[in-house]
Amino acid sequence: MSRVATLKINGQDVSGREDETILEVARENGIPIPTLCQIEGLSNVGACRLCLVEVTGISKLLPACTTRVAEGMEVRTESDRLTHYRRMAVEMLFAEGNHICSVCVSNGHCELQGMAVALGIDHIHLPYLAPRRGVDASHERFTFDANRCILCTRCVRVCDEIEGAHTWDVMGRGVGSVVITDLNERWGDSPTCTSCGKCVQTCPTGALFIKGSAVGEMTKRNTFLTYIAQMRGNLK
Amino acid sequence: MNPEELHSLAEERREALDQFQHRVVVCTGTACQAAQSQKIIEALDGVVKERGINGRCAVSAGGCRGLCSAGPMVAVEPTDVLYQGVTPDDAASIIDSLESEPVKALTCDTSAPFFTRQKRVVLEYEGRLNPESIDDYIAAGGFSTFVRVLTEMTSSDVIEQIRQSGLGGRGGAGYSTALKWSTVAKALGTAKYVICNGDEGDPGAFMDRSVMEDYPFKVLEGMMIAAFAVGAQEGFVYVRAEYPLAVKRLKQAIRQAEKYSLLGNNICGTSFSLKLDVRLGAGAFVCGEETALIASIEGKRGSPRPRPPYPAESGLWGCPTLINNVETYANVVPILREGAEWFAGIGTERSKGTKVFALSGAIVNTGLIEVPMGITLREIIYDIGGGIPDGKRFKAVQTGGPSGGCIPEQYLDMPVDYQSLAQVGSIMGSGGMIVMDESSCMVDVAKFFMEFCMTESCGKCIPCRVGTAQMYRLLDKISQGRARLQDLEVLEELCDMVKHTSLCGLGQAAPNPILSTLRYFREEYLAHIVDHVCPAGVCKIAHEEIAL
Repeated sequence: MSRVATLKINGQDVSGREDETILEVARENGIPIPTLCQIEGLSNVGACRLCLVEVTGISKLLPACTTRVAEGMEVRTESDRLTHYRRMAVEMLFAEGNHICSVCVSNGHCELQGMAVALGIDHIHLPYLAPRRGVDASHERFTFDANRCILCTRCVRVCDEIEGAHTWDVMGRGVGSVVITDLNERWGDSPTCTSCGKCVQTCPTGALFIKGSAVGEMTKRNTFLTYIAQMRGNLK
Repeated sequence: MNPEELHSLAEERREALDQFQHRVVVCTGTACQAAQSQKIIEALDGVVKERGINGRCAVSAGGCRGLCSAGPMVAVEPTDVLYQGVTPDDAASIIDSLESEPVKALTCDTSAPFFTRQKRVVLEYEGRLNPESIDDYIAAGGFSTFVRVLTEMTSSDVIEQIRQSGLGGRGGAGYSTALKWSTVAKALGTAKYVICNGDEGDPGAFMDRSVMEDYPFKVLEGMMIAAFAVGAQEGFVYVRAEYPLAVKRLKQAIRQAEKYSLLGNNICGTSFSLKLDVRLGAGAFVCGEETALIASIEGKRGSPRPRPPYPAESGLWGCPTLINNVETYANVVPILREGAEWFAGIGTERSKGTKVFALSGAIVNTGLIEVPMGITLREIIYDIGGGIPDGKRFKAVQTGGPSGGCIPEQYLDMPVDYQSLAQVGSIMGSGGMIVMDESSCMVDVAKFFMEFCMTESCGKCIPCRVGTAQMYRLLDKISQGRARLQDLEVLEELCDMVKHTSLCGLGQAAPNPILSTLRYFREEYLAHIVDHVCPAGVCKIAHEEIAL
């Protein structure tokens, strides 16, 4: 049994159970916190660092998605410093991959693009790394374009935690990291992939898409995750 | 094994050793092995047999004497003569001089400051024990502390002793060992684990390797006491696969301890049971970070996860887990044997005990040293280390590896402890100490460490994955003389962002080499950017071609 705590987020009094995260409590109270790797229904990894918040008395910034609420906590989700860091993180993603919105299937429906707009990013002041990355179109229904991948690992998690196939995983280190299917085999040859398409629907960008989508046509439907999470929650 | 059995075994072994009038101990650490110490043992054995004195003279493998640059080292006991730079051809002269004066040409002066200024707690056996023989360790009093703890002390007694000693984690941060132990001891759950972090990966660091290679039993005994104190039944020594000798000796040590029932079920007839095993790291630096290390033992990709929950609450397979560094465990036995007060008497007010450092770089005596906390950098570098070779000038000393910083000349008289090092923008770290002279370019040094962090970043969080690559590119640009002042601004902006937003210690500390060199050697950066020159003459400056 978790206890209930009262805390302040941006000066507003809110309450939450001590097994809830700052992010959950903030959203419940209509306080937005930006996220990219986080998606409701999957485990939280704290990788994108966009949800970092300031907590009074703690010198380090804490990820809202994995930090549990506590009695008397004072959280600030917005500050010039946080906005600056968030913008830099998003700029880093644009500089890291090859994100060319105008030719992307997800143009207009992309979470990375949306985040850039929300944070008011109109140019990238970091040098582009312009990596050479490939496209795997061997699957009969889906395509993976590594150029648009931001390594949020939603595909890895949904495949493992919801579908139970664990076809996706991460290979390599640092900027050389890349998501792969099975042991870096072609997706189309994967013996574990069930072709359920959950990875495609949870991918925040145009990295995973349904074949035949033209520019701007790929909209993602991931409400199934909320549904499954609720069902699993109810079954507890 | 009960206390009486251990005692009589130690007696027996001591008597057996006392039968020999002379014992010749050859260092078999990695550095000396690379310099043929195994062949020296064979040659010495051959001469001893030839002379027919094998009943009086024993030749055995031993551990590191510290002065790796003068290896291979051979010691003669009980006369305490130390030879340096020995070759297999010297075997005959060493054996023939046992009864008379030592061989002059090979003698190493043990009255030199390198030996006398050290304070050995972790390395107390000074390489005299055969690292592959549990009997040697038991004869030297080994495992008697563990057996005493097990039969006479309670868990809280042990933790109280550690608390009074003031021991701080030797992995680098100096977190109170007793606090960690008591947190795990108090954590709810019946299954608990102990882990020894032997994934030493800093460039220029080899302290833990040496401790694991030379004193595997001492590390195990420390872990066994820790397991008893926190109530763990199982434990792992996580060693990087690049340390094959340490792996071999630890595995051997565990087998030998199991044979003597010092590990296993109902040890010493008590209710305490413990199983230890070795796990290998596959070459990722980030696996030295505790949550990544735990993921690696679990068979997962070695990526860190956000803390809390800390491993003390939820670690290996979700169970409370104690994770300490090799050197921390190696301090446990001396503390409980000699008493907490004795240990607390060494060092400074807030940093207790000693620290093992791996001295390398532009220094006369390259090797392994152990010094009391609070000693000055000048004493370490000039007295123990013998100063800078070739008449060059000291420029900076790098501590803490890729997470640390460069300390310039003006702080040479600063005491070495956790707090002082942090004040000048470096860290104690695990104990790597790289000395640099005037021929080192600080931009190049920062670039070297940034390249290391970039290639060793696990790739999970954005600031560390992309930030290290961006910082490396900028440093590369500066070192080529192609950068503008604006690039320096971006570099500083990146340092700040990566430091404060990265997920784990690797990313949070990755900017440190840049920040500390910028703090003390900013003019060198400016020389590269504004004047297009590398003052040390290290960087290849690309001169822009003039378009005709």
